[in-house]
Amino acid sequence: MTSLSGARIRAVLVKEFRQYRRNKFILYTMVVLPVLFLVAPITTILNLPSTAPEVRVRAAVGSIFLLMLLIPVIVPVAISAYSVIGERDQGTLEPVLTTPIRREELVLGKALASIIPGVALSYLLFAVIMTVLRVVGHPNVVHALWQGSWLVAEVLFAPLLAAWSTWIGTAISARSSDVRVAQQLGTLASLPALAVTSLMTFQVLSPTVPVALIVAGVLVVIDVAALRVVSRLFDRERLITGARATRAAAPPPHDS
Amino acid sequence: MSRRWFVRRRVGFGVRPVTWQGWAITAVALGLMVVALLVVRRPLGAPSVLVIAAVYVAVGYATGGRSRPGASPAPPESSGLPARGTPDAPTPVAPATLARVAREATSRAGDLAGRDAAIEVVGLTKCFGERDAFRDVSFRVAVGEVFGFLGPNGAGKTTLVRTLSTLLAPTSGSATVAGLSLGEDHGEAIRQRIAVMTESPGLYGRLSVRENLEFFAGLYQMSDARVRIDRALESVNLAGRAGDPCASLSKGLRQRVGLARTLLNDPAIIFLDEPTSGLDPVATREVLELIGGLRERGVTIFLTTHRLDEAERLCDRVAILNTTLRIVGDTDELRRQLFERSLEVATATPLADPAALFTAIPGVGSWRASGDGRYVLETTEPRETAPRVARALVAAGADVESLAESRHSLEDVYLQLIDDDTGVSA
Ligand SMILES: Nc1ncnc2c1ncn2[C@@H]1O[C@H](COP(=O)(O)OP(=O)(O)O)[C@@H](O)[C@H]1O
Ligand SMILES: [Mg+2]
Repeated sequence: MTSLSGARIRAVLVKEFRQYRRNKFILYTMVVLPVLFLVAPITTILNLPSTAPEVRVRAAVGSIFLLMLLIPVIVPVAISAYSVIGERDQGTLEPVLTTPIRREELVLGKALASIIPGVALSYLLFAVIMTVLRVVGHPNVVHALWQGSWLVAEVLFAPLLAAWSTWIGTAISARSSDVRVAQQLGTLASLPALAVTSLMTFQVLSPTVPVALIVAGVLVVIDVAALRVVSRLFDRERLITGARATRAAAPPPHDS
Repeated sequence: MSRRWFVRRRVGFGVRPVTWQGWAITAVALGLMVVALLVVRRPLGAPSVLVIAAVYVAVGYATGGRSRPGASPAPPESSGLPARGTPDAPTPVAPATLARVAREATSRAGDLAGRDAAIEVVGLTKCFGERDAFRDVSFRVAVGEVFGFLGPNGAGKTTLVRTLSTLLAPTSGSATVAGLSLGEDHGEAIRQRIAVMTESPGLYGRLSVRENLEFFAGLYQMSDARVRIDRALESVNLAGRAGDPCASLSKGLRQRVGLARTLLNDPAIIFLDEPTSGLDPVATREVLELIGGLRERGVTIFLTTHRLDEAERLCDRVAILNTTLRIVGDTDELRRQLFERSLEVATATPLADPAALFTAIPGVGSWRASGDGRYVLETTEPRETAPRVARALVAAGADVESLAESRHSLEDVYLQLIDDDTGVSA
């Protein structure tokens, strides 16, 4: 494989971000989600009685992390599930495919455009929650919260989970014929990735730094494999003759 | 919250599912949620239940909300005419700028001039499963030629364009495009040298005209994108609309943006798939003028259409396709090949005995009456036969109103070929 063109990947990325900026639905989601995700856990924790047993505090803190890791799953999958089928519906996919862009470049550009917002949002919320709780939280809570393993888990898992749900969403998008079904299937399919983090949250796996690193390693392997598979799905002929293309190729009504 | 609100937002994981997948998703998601609530209620208490419910709604909102976040509803296009009140009045194409762009667009075509044909196709076939989109197609397009591909809907024109532009792999046969053969690892190189205007212009409605072109300039890795975009916009006379979102443009203007896009990379060959379909007459004329401008400077154009007048007007040569190639030739040649020439005679009053009169004239093969005092005479050599017919008519005392060689339109040729199931060899 000869080297990929950064310029073409960047072109795709810039185009996607420009579209987000003009898209009320996406902007809206990016505001509504964080508000929900900020308010809920903070109230949960602030409502804990100061005498709450350590187990409960840890569980509550764990649920914050679960939430923080839901964002890099939900946001990318919603975006990426739309990415291929949406362009196919608009008729914009085919012109792109007639340019010299390579399929890996298209896949990477699209993937980054869905990973970046998910991760950025997750990091941002995480920082805000940590700061708020540090200031107003009970010492018990602060102690449970400021543990290295949580930090490592958030920093590592957010991008890896985002990548995972992006591959799922993109793969489903490339093969499906309805945007909404693609997005919902995608979300469901990417939830298993959260199972592991849930185990850590609910203390089944103890959240130590080595455990976090091992889980991260497994996620990396899965992501790399998924990139391969998804790139193969981006074969031009497959993209054009997908379920939708066949229907579109049916003779249009006579117009003269 | 009214039912309407739900319909509009489709909040919820599969709320108002429309397909079996939707129902399946709803069932699984609800199940998961219930399990999650049962698991969490014990250790975490009521607030966590609220959190999970909130997450459920959030997920539902993110995934089930208005079905297509990026899509912009296409503006209604009932008549294809510019909407009243929009500053969409047809702007004439500036010939000078057009010529300049065209000249630049052909600089690359010039490189090929001494070499092979721009497109050479031998025995090309593309099947989708059992169905042949087109079969055993062979033709050659010279550099600088405007080549028209005519055919009814479903004839395989779009599939042929997609195959030649390396989007689809041919089932069998071979082709050379811009000096490179299809099928080997030439896809990227071929795509660098060609430009395709697809059946629908495929613009991003939320992006402005300029932003759309910038995206494509990026895909071609142009260092001088700005200059090229300005030039392309000028050449289709859209410089003034560069900042408008594409969704706000009329279909004709969008088609022009599509045309500007094909000029960006100075292609050696431009493929145009039904460039005027769905346009009103004014927009059609403008697009045709733009294409004609390119022709003048010699860029190779491969144009598909189901409109005969268009092919007749624009193309040096046309091919007629209906799954198999029916014929290739220039338009006059096609007429000559397909029809015995005929003379049309009109007299003031019907002839008393036309049979005796016409059969006696040497060179007249057969004749028939086509109306009161109207006759059609088949002849192989109208130039020699016409004076004889005139003399015979005068001698018979008929008042000749007119005597003319009849001209078939390409439409006759076309309809005959399309009807002809056996096909005619080129
Ligand atoms: N992706 C596809 N899958 C199956 N059949 C297709 C596909 N695309 C086109 N066809 C079929 O190939 C034939 C030619 O279609 P097309 O090239 O779109 O015709 P045209 O552009 O001349 O109207 C049609 O019968 C069409 O149904
Ligand atoms: Mg077509």
